[in-house]
Amino acid sequence: MTIEELQDIGKIEKEKQEGFKYRIHVCVAAGCLSSQSGLVKESLEKEVARRGLESWALVKGVGCLGLCTAGPMVAIEPDGLLYQCVSVSDASDIVEALGGSPVNRLDCSAHLPFFARQRKIVLENCGRVDPESIEDYIAEGGYEALYNALRTMTPAGVIEQITKSGLRGRGGAGFPTGLKWTAVSKAKSNVKFVICNADEGDPGAFMDRSVLESDPHRVLEGMAIAGLAVGANYGFIYVRSEYPLAVKRIRTAIARAERLGVLGRNIFNTTFSFDVTVRLGAGAFVCGEETALIASIEGRRGSPRPRPPFPSELGLWGYPTLINNVETFANVPPIIRKGGVWFASIGTEKSKGTKVFALAGRVNNTGLIEAPMGTTLREIVLDIGGGIIGDGKFKAILTGGPSGGCIPAQFLDMSMDYESLAQVGAIMGSGGLIVMDDSSCMVDVAKFFIEFCMSESCGKCVPCRVGTVQIHNLLKRITEGGGKPSDMEMLEELCDLVKNTSLCGLGQTAPNPVLSTMRYFTDEYRAHIEDRVCPAGTCHMKPTEESQ
Amino acid sequence: MRYPAFLQRISDRADVQPVRTLTFSINGQVLSAREDETILSVARENGISIPTLCHMDGLSERGACRLCIVEIKGSPKLSPSCVTLPRQDMEVTTNSDRVKNYRRKILELLFTERNHICSVCVSNGHCDLQALTTELGMTHVHYDYLHTRHAVDASHERFSVDHNRCVLCQRCIRVCEEIEGAHTWDVMGRGYLSKVISDLNQPWGESSTCTGCGKCVQVCPTGALSEKGKSVAEMTKRRQFLPYLKLMRGDESR
Repeated sequence: MTIEELQDIGKIEKEKQEGFKYRIHVCVAAGCLSSQSGLVKESLEKEVARRGLESWALVKGVGCLGLCTAGPMVAIEPDGLLYQCVSVSDASDIVEALGGSPVNRLDCSAHLPFFARQRKIVLENCGRVDPESIEDYIAEGGYEALYNALRTMTPAGVIEQITKSGLRGRGGAGFPTGLKWTAVSKAKSNVKFVICNADEGDPGAFMDRSVLESDPHRVLEGMAIAGLAVGANYGFIYVRSEYPLAVKRIRTAIARAERLGVLGRNIFNTTFSFDVTVRLGAGAFVCGEETALIASIEGRRGSPRPRPPFPSELGLWGYPTLINNVETFANVPPIIRKGGVWFASIGTEKSKGTKVFALAGRVNNTGLIEAPMGTTLREIVLDIGGGIIGDGKFKAILTGGPSGGCIPAQFLDMSMDYESLAQVGAIMGSGGLIVMDDSSCMVDVAKFFIEFCMSESCGKCVPCRVGTVQIHNLLKRITEGGGKPSDMEMLEELCDLVKNTSLCGLGQTAPNPVLSTMRYFTDEYRAHIEDRVCPAGTCHMKPTEESQ
Repeated sequence: MRYPAFLQRISDRADVQPVRTLTFSINGQVLSAREDETILSVARENGISIPTLCHMDGLSERGACRLCIVEIKGSPKLSPSCVTLPRQDMEVTTNSDRVKNYRRKILELLFTERNHICSVCVSNGHCDLQALTTELGMTHVHYDYLHTRHAVDASHERFSVDHNRCVLCQRCIRVCEEIEGAHTWDVMGRGYLSKVISDLNQPWGESSTCTGCGKCVQVCPTGALSEKGKSVAEMTKRRQFLPYLKLMRGDESR
């Protein structure tokens, strides 16, 4: 494979697609597929064939179009029309309307704030390319960054661009990616590994899943560039087996990329080789922690070990290992293509670029969004999210899943970046956003998340294994009306203990939802304990002995 | 540093990377150490006591019990001294009120988890967990008892295992895997439902890998693993074999 061949593939694919007057894009990511978009695609194809329009209109399956609430979604190119909640019976109307006036009852304005307020870097190809076609990805400039990195840059030059971009780990902790790459590249070893962490386990988060399902080649390209930069020839993608579609697409992508010679042996006819293998997680949340993930790939029990030594020094099978999140790798090709300075111009002073969020909960527009760092919560919830469902009132937003914190309404104008979030006791996390309105009881929410951490704790260290159970039992008692005034103090003490003495990130962040709700919704806890009343009306108080 | 065997590489050879020494301080006392020693081993060498439970001389480190946590000046995080290496001019505090407080609470949590009633235990008076309560000044438990219920496995002809006394320190697992090489024991389940199992959760007596050497029984800190025929307070553990075995095999330096 040479650059000319690569460009030819892209050109031919582009010409082929532009040969069609209309291209009907049907979302075939998990969200829309679950509301029968596969059948919608089939019926559209049939309809086009029935009318004999095969050479005029192309029906193409694409990745996530973003607005998952309104699925299945269909986009008509080049008109830029967007149809929502499309069913099988709408196929003939849609094909009929090609070239004429759009089907009004299905229309979903592409100019909604939901679309207009976003800025897409990681998701730039989502909803545009066919995730199962490498040619389509190449037509959008895919694998050119890898070629440039191989042929025109040195590994140090690649790392320099990443460092300049100010990219920080998108898995949650926000460690500067450039620093991590430097550490692995400096480690002395003939064998090194690159691991892509796609063990996305937070309840309500589906960013990594969507990226893998919609644009798998971008992640592969990012990993290959990382491998080149740090001197690794082997890559692993650790995906949870609950994502069968993502696994299937990434496996297809690997096979196609290897066939074209942009992955595998002697990439682009150079001496650089990079093999990628998919490993499946068996559904343990703790395996998102890097050392536990490594143990799991090695075939051992997925439990974390103390760091240091960090994986950059002693990682997979004892070799220096680079571990980054899916989204981090997905950011790499555009950075190499457009330069670190370009990337650094987006976002805030310390948090650069954009962030993909999975918006869920009590908002009108749930779905996959990408916004520049520094976007305020208000913009995300009210503009992009389209406000709260019905006449509910915004109460809190939970960032970072079970490791994050609940942010109350008073911080709506806060900018979304790593530092600001840490200041209010939350974390960026991997990007799951759960919006809650006044029908949610915050004590109950805290209980839900600590229960999650309690059952997902690996059981290795004492504070996390037993402390989370104690916290859960206290919260359970409070929500059942058996809380004692001293329970608040006890909760605080236990949270502090678990946070400060646990072995890995799971335990160290597990108390965050409890601590943040206690901090911002103290009155609600008091109401449960002192008045035995749940203000949101979700907790059922057990009758006391006296009243019986 | 004693990394588990799977973390060791050939390039860690001492002749390629000679070991340097450094000085640092524990509780204000200036000490010298090799750069590959842990804070815990330097402290013990110099008569400074740090409580431990999952640590056992001769076995790889787990860093799991969190009782050996110490404060390091300049770091907001508490570090487990059994796996933390000292650095030049590091200032370590092992006995601050903050650390002592945490240790006691962790021990309390351990006591709430399963059934640790000393007066009816075979290891009463010879128990590491019991000794820790005296050492850390734990007089009572603030938290509610969980008392998760587990079965007793007495299917082995010479030993028995009472999971209600288990603290999941994994000493038995390590000694079986690293010293005996049998890997009979491992952990099953997650969180507070974790349980040490023999083979694939078969009765111990039916285990096809167990050699019956009894090392696990001797290293167990509590009365969870005991010899049959011992009554209350009669089970004393003999652990002298571990340093000897390590010495004979010539891997004491690891």
